[in-house]
Amino acid sequence: MSWETVIGLEIHVQLATKTKIFSGSSTAFGAEPNTQACAIDLALPGTLPVLNAEAVRMALLFGLAINAEIPKRSVFERKNYFYPDLPKGYQTSQLAEPIVGAGYIDIDLANGSSKRVRIHHAHLEEDAGKSLHEDFAGQSGIDLNRAGTPLIEIVTEPDIRTAEEAVAFAKKLHAIVTTLGICDGEMSQGSMRFDVNISVRKPGAPLGTRTETKNLNSFRFMEEAIALEVERQIDVIEDGGRVIQETRLYNGDTKTARSMRSKEEANDYRYFPCPDLLPVVIEDSYLAQLRASLPELPDAKRKRFVEQYGLSQDDATQLSAERATSEFYEQTVTASGDAKLAANWVMVELMAALKRSNLAVQHSPVSSEQLGGMIARIKDGTISGKIAKQVFELMWTEGGSADDIIDKQGLKQVSDSGAIEKIVDDIIAANPQQVENYRGASEDKRPKMLGFFVGQIMKVSQGKANPQQVNEILLKKLS
Amino acid sequence: MIDMHNLSDIHGLTLAQTAHALAEKKFSSREVTQHYLDRIARLDKNYNAFITVTADLALAEADAADARRAAGNAAFLTGVPFAHKDIFCTQGVRTSCGSRMLDNFISPYDATVVAKYREQGMVMLGKTNMDEFAMGSSNETSFYGPVKNPWDTGCVPGGSSGGSAASVAARLVPGATATDTGGSIRQPAALCGITGLKPTYGRVSRWGMIAFASSLDQAGPMARTAEDVALMLGAMAGFDPKDSTVLDRPVPDYTATLANDLTGLKIGVPREYFGEGLHADTATQVQNALREYEKLGATLVDISLPHSALAVPAYYVIAPAECSANLSRFDGVRYGHRCEKPQDLNDLYCRSRAEGFGEEVKRRILVGAYALSAGFYDAYYRKAQQVRRLIQQDFVDAFKQVDVIMGPTSPSPAFAFGSKGSDPVAMYLEDIYTIATNLAGLPGMSLPCGFVDSKPVGLQIIGNYFDEARMLNVAHRYQLTTAWHTQSPVEAVV
Repeated sequence: MSWETVIGLEIHVQLATKTKIFSGSSTAFGAEPNTQACAIDLALPGTLPVLNAEAVRMALLFGLAINAEIPKRSVFERKNYFYPDLPKGYQTSQLAEPIVGAGYIDIDLANGSSKRVRIHHAHLEEDAGKSLHEDFAGQSGIDLNRAGTPLIEIVTEPDIRTAEEAVAFAKKLHAIVTTLGICDGEMSQGSMRFDVNISVRKPGAPLGTRTETKNLNSFRFMEEAIALEVERQIDVIEDGGRVIQETRLYNGDTKTARSMRSKEEANDYRYFPCPDLLPVVIEDSYLAQLRASLPELPDAKRKRFVEQYGLSQDDATQLSAERATSEFYEQTVTASGDAKLAANWVMVELMAALKRSNLAVQHSPVSSEQLGGMIARIKDGTISGKIAKQVFELMWTEGGSADDIIDKQGLKQVSDSGAIEKIVDDIIAANPQQVENYRGASEDKRPKMLGFFVGQIMKVSQGKANPQQVNEILLKKLS
Repeated sequence: MIDMHNLSDIHGLTLAQTAHALAEKKFSSREVTQHYLDRIARLDKNYNAFITVTADLALAEADAADARRAAGNAAFLTGVPFAHKDIFCTQGVRTSCGSRMLDNFISPYDATVVAKYREQGMVMLGKTNMDEFAMGSSNETSFYGPVKNPWDTGCVPGGSSGGSAASVAARLVPGATATDTGGSIRQPAALCGITGLKPTYGRVSRWGMIAFASSLDQAGPMARTAEDVALMLGAMAGFDPKDSTVLDRPVPDYTATLANDLTGLKIGVPREYFGEGLHADTATQVQNALREYEKLGATLVDISLPHSALAVPAYYVIAPAECSANLSRFDGVRYGHRCEKPQDLNDLYCRSRAEGFGEEVKRRILVGAYALSAGFYDAYYRKAQQVRRLIQQDFVDAFKQVDVIMGPTSPSPAFAFGSKGSDPVAMYLEDIYTIATNLAGLPGMSLPCGFVDSKPVGLQIIGNYFDEARMLNVAHRYQLTTAWHTQSPVEAVV
């Protein structure tokens, strides 16, 4: 029995505006509760919203980036429901006339193919505040700092078929919004939140009843939540039951999900156009200006990285996904003069070090100039790749240029063939048994045995002997 | 003739005369302020026009105004006392909107209208009574009890700006601010025998004016004369970056054109405003006013506003729909009334709102929520918006032929308390002639044009968009040749 999974996503993306969508309060993350909530955010009587033009600009940039139709006019509406973290008792959102119409995003799958996911629309709206249910001994706290933070809600068509595709889509979306600079991409701070609509059916059958799992804020949680829900739905149906349309919550810590509310309990939101805000009309000239300001998008950048730097598809995808990473990479290429070495160092050593220190690439203690300078020394043979790791470590912890560190620590590679030859001779003389074994061994076993001699030589030279020269001289002497 | 030197007669002066007298240093702002405060203290028990009297604050503002005048940088209205309808947020002063819900609400900020009057150096005497959240046409829905009509304290003053209207009529203030969503300035002005103007939608900022129906609400002034209204309007109108619906266009000096000649003025008289439901004696008074305008050189033009009958039903979908959302913020969570010992969140919401809101407010929230609910939206809200456009088009067509439109402000003079209390629809028909202008966003005003059974009758003038200067001119010329606006209720001159 095979089942087909049908997935549609709704993604809330916090826009990186300095101030809120309808007030002048700061949107910065992490402030003391309610210190970024003005009279408008508190919904005091008599207050009125004024639309933040920057939020409109960012939403339009997104629309242009996904090749969407941009309607001439869009309208804010009120979505009515009561909740303590929703101060006005309605969320100002868009429904009938969203700012961004139909578009698409192409995603890349592991087997190397790509797939088009259609975007139904994207609309502007305000975020709610946060209800804090801990630390208040039987009461709840409300923090309205987030209330009024601009969001675009992106709604896909049900084009996604697997958790893998959903994650690929999420990563591509993340790459687009960070490249556009319209979102900081900090998923752990809630800057991107995914709602996943899932149903299963027999291939070719009509769509099954769907459930919505809300507020997933990591790629991994999304993947886990989808797998769990698909399994649950198949079990329900195969046990003779029916899937109930409901909203579910996934707990990433316990790896479990629970029902939040059924369709019957769902609100009637009584949407109607917000009389405090005028319809937004987009001038063609403004749109043209925005189109001209679009940065190079991840797909185009990846293509260029493959062509210009000779990177593999995978490496190009990884390096082009985030604007900060791709900028760092390209600066490193410029500073080092070696695109492939730069790619390896950025993707492997730099990323690992950043991850260990929980830092974003833009906050890397080693700059692209420093890293590029070091790579240039690898390229010109001043240091080996192994020594470079030491140099990198020192740059990371103590700063300074690679040249200074190499100089100060005496890490310059020994490329003097006379000096290397002397060490090789010493090692051969000190290990007659290994030399005999090596010479008696078959061709296929020799490379592994050679490693012993290389290791000894490097130990004596404190890693500074030029590995290539060591190899050449050693082979000559042992043959 | 008022004796300028007899301070006990100060309340006989119009707002403009008060401003001139202050400029001429006939008396100080402190003197005029104290005089009105004394009158309020002595007489308001008869009318209940004020929810809050800010005597200390007023005297401090009066002293500041006198100091400003002494320093030589007074504006024309500096030192002139007045009152704000209690719908305008006033920093540090309770702003109740006539509701138990906000009985404990001290606003931390000023409405734009309040800030503008403050800049002028005007002196706020207090906050006037009103129908709860401006929902009512009789002032009977106020949490603070009804305002009584100074012409007959057994009758209503009209609403929702009944406190402002009564306080002006009773000479407790020379002028007051008010708001009008479906007639809330014009109908009480008519019933209390004063002059009031609802400007074009977008002329005056709504920032800090507690919303009833956002697409219809508009602030405006109430005073005894068109000249006073012109002065007050000039001081409150204009662009405000805090309100997206206010227009960025210059504010004319409304007093500059008051005396313009009316020869050749074309007055549209809509036949729909003189049909069934109009009190016969009220009709006569309005007809007499129209005759007077003919004498002033105007021409009467018979016109039709064919969708007039649809205005009240459309209004009672749109206004409640907007109010149902606007009043959701009053949830007992952050400010305002909160019930005792809520059991859980739902209990907090239900009881806080059940206790905080009165009957009429609840009725409108329910009607509005119903009209917007799934399956009914198209039949009610969308249909009402279509009707609204038709009504607007009626006026656009009419103003191709005429300069202003005139008719009655309300179908009959002030009615007795309780006489319409059991029938909300009968009450809604009070605004049958005023509602259409709100739906169309047009300016409208009411001025006294006679009496029926010793109770005032109002003449309504409807103008084209942003044509307030002409309306005021038209009203002022009438007031130059008639004396209805100078009449004052017996009790007020005691």
